[in-house]
Amino acid sequence: MSILKGIVGGILGYLLGAALVTSIRAATGAEPWDFEVATMGAYLPTVVGWLLGVGVWEYWARPWFGREAKPYTTVGWRRYFNFDTDHKVIGIQYLVSFLFLFFLAGLFAMVMRWELMNPGRDILTPSSYNGFMSLHGTMMVFVAVAAIVGAFGNYIVPIMIGADDMAFPKLNALSYWLVPVVVAFLTASFLVGGYDTGWTGYAPLSVTTRTGALFFNLAFLTLGLSSIVGAINFLTTVHKMRAPGMTWSRLPIFVWSIYVTSWLSLIFTQFIALAMLMVVFARTLGMAFFEAAAGGDPLLYQNVFWFYSHPAVYIMILPAFGVTLEILSHFSRKPLFAYKWAVGGMIGIAAMSAFVWAHHMFTSGMPDVLLKPFLASTELISIPTGLIMLSALGTIWQGRLRLHVPMLFALGVVFNFLFGGITGVFLADAPLDIQLHDTYFVVAHFHYVILGGGIFGLFAAVYYWFPKMTGRMMNETLGKVHFWWMIIGFNFTFMPMFWIGMNGMNRRISDYVPNLGGTNRMISLAGFFLGMSFVIFLWNYIYSWWRGADAPSNPWGATTLEWMTSSPPPLENFDVIPEVVGGPYTYGDKSAKHAILEPRL
Amino acid sequence: MTAVGHAAHGVHEAPAKRLGINRLGLWFFILSESILFVGLLMVRFSLLGTYIHEELSQLIGLMITVILLASSFTAYQAERSMARGDLGATKRNLLITLGLGTVFIAGVAFEWHEALEAFPPSTVFGSVFFTMTGVHVFHVLTGLVMLAIVHRRVRRHETTSTDSWPVEASVKYWHFVDVAWVFFYPALYLIS
Repeated sequence: MSILKGIVGGILGYLLGAALVTSIRAATGAEPWDFEVATMGAYLPTVVGWLLGVGVWEYWARPWFGREAKPYTTVGWRRYFNFDTDHKVIGIQYLVSFLFLFFLAGLFAMVMRWELMNPGRDILTPSSYNGFMSLHGTMMVFVAVAAIVGAFGNYIVPIMIGADDMAFPKLNALSYWLVPVVVAFLTASFLVGGYDTGWTGYAPLSVTTRTGALFFNLAFLTLGLSSIVGAINFLTTVHKMRAPGMTWSRLPIFVWSIYVTSWLSLIFTQFIALAMLMVVFARTLGMAFFEAAAGGDPLLYQNVFWFYSHPAVYIMILPAFGVTLEILSHFSRKPLFAYKWAVGGMIGIAAMSAFVWAHHMFTSGMPDVLLKPFLASTELISIPTGLIMLSALGTIWQGRLRLHVPMLFALGVVFNFLFGGITGVFLADAPLDIQLHDTYFVVAHFHYVILGGGIFGLFAAVYYWFPKMTGRMMNETLGKVHFWWMIIGFNFTFMPMFWIGMNGMNRRISDYVPNLGGTNRMISLAGFFLGMSFVIFLWNYIYSWWRGADAPSNPWGATTLEWMTSSPPPLENFDVIPEVVGGPYTYGDKSAKHAILEPRL
Repeated sequence: MTAVGHAAHGVHEAPAKRLGINRLGLWFFILSESILFVGLLMVRFSLLGTYIHEELSQLIGLMITVILLASSFTAYQAERSMARGDLGATKRNLLITLGLGTVFIAGVAFEWHEALEAFPPSTVFGSVFFTMTGVHVFHVLTGLVMLAIVHRRVRRHETTSTDSWPVEASVKYWHFVDVAWVFFYPALYLIS
């Protein structure tokens, strides 16, 4: 019901904004109707109309005008379709939304691999291929940026620190309800013919290409807004909502990863807002930022864009590292190895991420004098990353490993990220990058990092916290089948891409030289194999949620706070406020305790 | 998991703790927003160095700057009188602030009118000028909306000195918008 009101609000907002812009244009003597200009002007009213309709007005804004806020009366499954401020509801909303987006974008990848099976043109025109490629990339980047943070950051972090909710529950709901706007704009871009710039949306192409690019810009802008709002909430929550005794050195590593990630989102997301704004203004108002002929600078876009988007790579991977280290400790039955160094590694990555962006631009025509500093800074960032890897290995070392499904996925992250990380060093090396830039070597590299690291981390988190979130267990056997199917399919898909890239296969192109046909066919078949693994997952996920065995409060025998309350936790998470008395990973010491949950008199 | 319990959420929290949470959240928000302004300054200097278009009106620039700075002073007075419990002075100062903010926007609108002839958005200086002032004016507008809502609340005694957070928040945001202009004004008008 509230969604319906939101849609009505959004449409009214759009009409209002478009009418305003059109009448201004008519008054100044310009051609009154221009779709892109009207859409640009209607962006803000549309978003505001949607948000007000979907619940901001009824549950939040009414008191600003001296009215009574509407009480939250929705119960049961309807809560998930409502403006609900419970962090556990919002976590599940995020998870389901982004899994949906993930599978949709995965289908687009299947279409691309179908086209690439053979040299020559099969099912797509070059232009529609670029459209699928762009939407696949954009959606997957959005998933990687927001899935773990949105789903598990929201659901798990407040429980892990012993809080009853996030610091700003209404703001939390708002940041989720911006996500449907993102999806709506991406759908709109598809309906008006897509865009062909890839997820990077480089100017000047993004300024001159089809209208779909405008919707891509607005979608990214909206996701950025959602990220910033979320980041403010996470930072304040971790600072202010920790239970008594939960000192900074007793925070579970997953909380640290979300905390550090939120700093990155808070600071750097503004640059994507700026990059998108400049392109929107260039498209609709004819601004000259990127027009060399008028004195603008096309490289400006790349600088501003990567100033966000390289740190964004760490926004994608740090939460996955957090999940991985968390799981490795619990399933190795050992305290996290070098906890403080791992935290330092995360902070180090975050701090250094501001100084590496131009390694994406080695072939863009930037001054040669800048190659070496960016080469050096980029390779230096592998040191804090190495600390995290060493913490992972040290935790596994001599542990009593319990190879349940979450642990398998966490080990998968370590395995895959090794390849992703090391090939990153190759690409950071300017002379080599000039050879490898824009080839499938790059495609393989970032899929090893983002899919092999980030998405394997996402699935590790899904399997690990599923019992807590739903109160039911997932099927262990099907989970193991999914894991082995996925990791084999993944490696057979992306490992050959390193080779094919070195042999001259360009990225973002629907056709290639005939002698690469055999390898491409093999990659496509492996890709379909990888795609099918998710059918197993989906079946397991849906069926277990519906009919799975009841989960005990602590099925994995883990020590952190979220396992000290029921599955799923009650409203406000704990019946008594927990008192934290020790570190989060109290393995190997029978007398050690992380927290006491006793009614205090 | 009753809906009633849900509605009562946060009620058992001490007001002092809530105030601390609100303040920290606002500071994070202001920090994040200031990065957008830093980004715009970077764009300005990277595209144009210290170039300033000669037809940029120094007189209007100075006038709107003085007006905005004055509005920060009256906003501060509003917060002070709220802390004293003097609702009359709070309302008066909020109203003056609203007026000055509106005059600022009118000044920018007038300046835009001139600038459209001298350096339209299709020139690089025009792009930078309209984007910087546009983003800033958008922040001024949002600040004015907040101040107007708060003014109405104070007038209707919905915000009182025991819960003066709405006044504090909107005034802090207003100061931020002012400080942003303190950096934008020299970068747009004075450096050359």
